[in-house]
Amino acid sequence: MKSAFLSRSELISFAILALVIFIVLPMALDSFRLNLFGKYLTYAFVAVGLVLCWGAGGILSLGQGVFFGLGGYCMAMFLKLEASTPENTSIQSTPGIPDFMDWNQLTELPLWWQPLHSLAFSLFAVVAVPVFFAFIIGVAMFKRRVGGVYFAIITQAFAAILTILIIGQQGYTGGVNGITDLRTLLGWDIRTDEAKEVLYFVNGALLFVVLFIAQFVRKSKLGRLLIAMRDQEDRVRFSGYDVASFKIFIFCLGAAFAGIGGAMFTLQVGFMSPTLVGIVPSIEMVIFCAVGGRLSILGAVYGALLVNWAKTSLSESFPELWLLGLGGLFIAVVMLFPNGLAGIWTEQIEPRLKALFAPSSKTKATSQSTPAE
Amino acid sequence: MFADYSMSELGAIFAMQGFAGLILFSVFVLMALGLAIIFGQMGVINMAHGEFMILGAYVTYIVSNIFAAYMPALFSMYFFVAMILAFIASGALGLFVEWAMIRHLYKRPLDTLLATWGLSLILQQLYRSIFGAREVGVSIPDWMMGSLPLTDMIEVPINGIFVMILAVTISVGVWIMMYRSNWGKQVRAINQNRVMADAVGINTAWTDRLTFGIGCGVAGVAGSAFTMIGSTGPTAGQLYIVDTFLVVVFGGAGSLLGTIASAFSISQAQSIMEFFLSGSMAKVLTLLTVVGILMIRPQGLFTLKLRK
Amino acid sequence: MSDENSIPKSNGVSRRAVLAGGTALTASLFMPKSLKASDFSTAAVNTTGLAVTDDTVTIGILHSVTGTMAISETGSVQAEKLAIEQINAQGGILGRKIEYIQEDGASDWPTFAEKARKLLVNDKVASVMGCWTSASRKAVLPVFEQHNGFLYYPTFYEGLEQSPNVIYTGQEATQQIIAGLDWVNKTKGAKSFYLLGSDYIWPRTSNKIARKHIENFMEGCEVVGEEYYPLGHTQFNSVINKIRLRKPDVIYAIVVGGSNVAFYKQLKAAGIDMTKEAPLLLTISVTEDEIRGIGGENIEGAYACMKYFQSLDNPNNIDFVKEFKKMWGDDMVIGDVTQAAYLGPWLWKAAVEAAGSFDVDKVRAASPGIELTSAPEGYVKVHENHHLWSKTRVGRAQADGQYEVVFETAELVEPDPFPEGYQ
Repeated sequence: MKSAFLSRSELISFAILALVIFIVLPMALDSFRLNLFGKYLTYAFVAVGLVLCWGAGGILSLGQGVFFGLGGYCMAMFLKLEASTPENTSIQSTPGIPDFMDWNQLTELPLWWQPLHSLAFSLFAVVAVPVFFAFIIGVAMFKRRVGGVYFAIITQAFAAILTILIIGQQGYTGGVNGITDLRTLLGWDIRTDEAKEVLYFVNGALLFVVLFIAQFVRKSKLGRLLIAMRDQEDRVRFSGYDVASFKIFIFCLGAAFAGIGGAMFTLQVGFMSPTLVGIVPSIEMVIFCAVGGRLSILGAVYGALLVNWAKTSLSESFPELWLLGLGGLFIAVVMLFPNGLAGIWTEQIEPRLKALFAPSSKTKATSQSTPAE
Repeated sequence: MFADYSMSELGAIFAMQGFAGLILFSVFVLMALGLAIIFGQMGVINMAHGEFMILGAYVTYIVSNIFAAYMPALFSMYFFVAMILAFIASGALGLFVEWAMIRHLYKRPLDTLLATWGLSLILQQLYRSIFGAREVGVSIPDWMMGSLPLTDMIEVPINGIFVMILAVTISVGVWIMMYRSNWGKQVRAINQNRVMADAVGINTAWTDRLTFGIGCGVAGVAGSAFTMIGSTGPTAGQLYIVDTFLVVVFGGAGSLLGTIASAFSISQAQSIMEFFLSGSMAKVLTLLTVVGILMIRPQGLFTLKLRK
Repeated sequence: MSDENSIPKSNGVSRRAVLAGGTALTASLFMPKSLKASDFSTAAVNTTGLAVTDDTVTIGILHSVTGTMAISETGSVQAEKLAIEQINAQGGILGRKIEYIQEDGASDWPTFAEKARKLLVNDKVASVMGCWTSASRKAVLPVFEQHNGFLYYPTFYEGLEQSPNVIYTGQEATQQIIAGLDWVNKTKGAKSFYLLGSDYIWPRTSNKIARKHIENFMEGCEVVGEEYYPLGHTQFNSVINKIRLRKPDVIYAIVVGGSNVAFYKQLKAAGIDMTKEAPLLLTISVTEDEIRGIGGENIEGAYACMKYFQSLDNPNNIDFVKEFKKMWGDDMVIGDVTQAAYLGPWLWKAAVEAAGSFDVDKVRAASPGIELTSAPEGYVKVHENHHLWSKTRVGRAQADGQYEVVFETAELVEPDPFPEGYQ
C-alpha cells in the first residue's frame, strides 16, 4: 500500500493531539497540573519508542528505563555541574564539585564528568549514550537471534544492573538519592512557573518531532519490513534482508527517544534518581504503551497521559487502595482491549463515526492487525 | 588477606563458605522451580511469582499463630503443616488465576507478563490491606534456628540444611511428576506439540491449569521456607523476581536439569565473589556474567530440541 | 566529645522568638491551653495565603503508604495523626483545629516531589509532616525551598544538610553514632569493629563517621572490615563467614528494610549468639518496628543506639505509649522514628504559638530555642541549625521485642550536621 506520509484520518488525529497538548491542556490546567502533564508527556517519548520496537517490531524491551535514565542522567549531570559553582558550594571541603561527591570524599571532578560542562556535548550525550548502549545490547542479542521473552528478561536484568551500579557508586552518581537540587540551565532558572510552562511547550514540540520521525519510519519500507519481521521473521530473512540490522536500528531509535524523554524529565522535575531506571518504571513504561495501544504512536501518547493521570488522581483520592485500581486497569486492558485505547478507537468508535457521517466511504483496512506471536 | 590465618582456620572458612554457596543454591532452586515449570513448560511469564511465594509465607504466619494459640504443644512441628497448606493456598490461587486470566492469553506470551504484573500489584495491595503494611514476624520453632557444630570451627546452620533438604525433595518430586507420571508426559507432549496432543485426546486445558497450579504451589512452599531466612511483607516478593527469572533463563527454559545447573553455577559464582569483593559489586558482576554468557549462548545452558 | 555538651539554660524562648512573637508569645506562655481563635484574626496570623480559616488550619502528611517503604513509614503516619488529634483535643493551635491532607509518596522519589508541590501550591498547607528516606527528603527539598514550605522530617539520618525549610526531629549521624561507640569501648572494652551496611548514603555516611571516630578518637581501636550489600539483599551467609574470619569485638550493622530480617535470622542460624556478646552486635537501624519483622528471639542480645526506646520509663512516655495503643491497637510497637514523627506537630504548635502566626517565615524565626518538656523521649530543644538537642541511649534487645535501656548520655547531645574532623 503506497501512501502519503499522513493519510487524511491520521492528519486529523495528529491535529487533535496537537490541539490537546498545545491548547486544551495549557488552558484548562493551572501551572502545577500542567507541569505534571509535562512529566507524563516525557514518558510518552518512551512509549512511542516502544510502539516501534514492540508493536511494530515485536521486540519487547523491559529495560527502557535504562535509556530513559541514561538520557536523564546526562542532562542532570550538566545541570548539576552548572549548579555547583564554587560560590554555591563554598561550605564544602572541596568547593566547585557536586555536593554528593564532596560527601563521598572526592576531591576533584572525575574525568568522565568533565565533558558535561558543555551543553552541546551534554545534549549530544542525551541521545548518544542511550543509543550507544542500545547498539551494544542490540548487536549482542539480535545478531544471535535472541528474541521474544528472552530479550525481555535480559533487558530487565540490565535495568537491575544499572540500578545497583548507580546506587553503589554514589560518589560518582549521587547514589540512591539521585542527582538533586538542579537549578538553572545556562543561567535560566528552571524552577519558576514560567520556566516550567516554557519547558512544557518545548517538551510538546519535541514530542511532535519524535512522533513525526516515528510516523516516517512506519510509513517507510523499513516500517513495513518490521511488521513483516514481527509476523514471519524467517521469511523476511530468507528474502535476503538482514533482519538483525533492522532490529538494532529500531531498538536504537527507541533508546534515543527514551533518552530525550529522560532529559526532558530531568528539566521539568528538577532531579534524576535511580528509581526511574529500575525494573518497575521500565515495566510501567511498557504498560503506558499497552494501554494506549501498542500499534499506535498517538495511542501511546494518550496511554502515557491516561495511566499517569489515573495514578495521580487515584492516589490522591484513595491513597491506600489505588494500586487495586491500577492493577485492575492493566489486567482489563490486556484481557479485554489488547490493542488499547487506539484499538477501541479504530475498532469501535471510528467505524461508527464513519457510518454516521459518511456512509459511502470505503472502510480502510489497515495493514496492522493484532500481532501474531 | 589470608596471611594471618592458620591452615585449619582457612580450611574451616572455605568449608563454611562452600556451605553458604550450597544454601544459596538451594534458595535459588526453590525460587526457580515453580517458575521453571510455568515458564519452561507453558511459556507463561508470571511476574506475580514473588507474590505467590509471599502468599505461602503469609500462610505460614497464620498457621504459626494458630498453633501458638491453640496447640502450643505441637508448635515445634507446625512448619510441616504450614508448608502443605502453603502449597494448597498458592496452588488454589494459581488454578483460579489460570482459569480467570492466563488461559485467555496463551497465544500472547508477552501479554501474560503485563497481566500478571497487574495481578502482582493487586496481590500486594491485598496483603497490605489484610496483614498491614508492616512486615510480620513469623516465629520459627527453636530447633530450626540453631546450628550444628561439626568441628570447633565449622558450624552449620540448621535452617540451611532444612532448605537444602527441601530443595532436593521438591526437585525430586517435580522430576518424578514430570518424567515418571502420566501428567508429566502430557505436559511435555503439549509443550512439544499442542495440536497433536489435543488430537490424541489429552485434555490440554485441564493439564495447563494443573501445571500452572502446581508451579504456583511450589512457589508457595518456597515462600513458606523463606520465612526462615528472609522477611515477610507485602512487597517482599519483588526482591526475588529478577534472580528467579535469570536462573530460569540461564538454565534454558524447558529443562529442569538446566534450571538446577544454572542455580548451582550462579549461586557458587555469587558466593565466591561475595567473599572476595564487596557485596554490591559481587551482585553486579554476577548479573553481568550471567547476561554476558546469555549473549553468547542465548538458549541457556541446556535446551530441549523442539520442533517449532 | 558528647560528654561536654550542656544545655544552655534559657527559659524556653530564644531572643529571636521574643522579637518575632510579640504579644502572642505572652499568651502562649501563660495560657497555653485556652487560646481562642477570636483572639487571633485570620488576617493577622496568616499573611501569606496559607490554608487557614477562622477555625481550622490545614497541614499535609506526606509518607509512603504503598511500596517498599510503607513498612517503615506507617508508624510515622500513625504518630502524626495521634499528635494532631491530641492537639485538637486541647483546643488546636491559636484556637484553630488542625485538619490534614494525607498524600502517598508511594516509595517513589519523583512522586514525593510531585505530592509536595501539590500540598504547597494547590492545598497551601501551613506545614508538612513527612518523608522518611533521605532520597525522598532530597527530592522534596527544592520544592519546599522554592515555595517556602515548612517540613518536619522524623528520621535519623546522615546529616550534611541544614535547610531553612526543614526541622529535623530525628538525630543526625554524629548524635546517634559517637555516644554508642564510646559506650561499647568503655563498658565492653571493644577494640575491633566490623562495619556493615545496606548500600546507600545513610549507612555509608554513618560508617564513615564511625570509622573516623574509631580510628582518630578511640585509642587502640581499629576497623577490621567494611562491607555493603544492595538494598533488598537477602543472603548474608558470605559476610557472616567473613565476620567469623576477622573475629571483631563488635559488628556495627546498619542494614535496613527487608534485608534486616534476613541478616538477623541468618546470623542467629549461623550460630552467632548475640546474647554471648562475642562478637557484640551494635546497630543504629533496628527500632522496635523492625524487630516485629525480625522476631525478638532472633535479635535478643543485640544493642541499638538511638534516642528513643518504647521502654523508656518516664511519665511522658508512659502516657504516649498508652495513647498510641489506644488509638492504633494494643499490638502496636513504637520505634525511634515513630516518636520523632510524634514530635513534629507538637514542635510546630509550639513554634506557631511562639510566633503568634502561621506564616512560615515567622514560624521559622521562632523555631530555634523551642523546647518540649512533654516529649516522650524527655526534654528536647530546637537548635539554631534546625536539629534537636536530644539524649542518646543504648538499648539491649529482649526476646519480647522491646529494648532494655542500659545507657543514656548524661546531657543532651548537640546536633552537628557538618561535623569537623569527620568529613
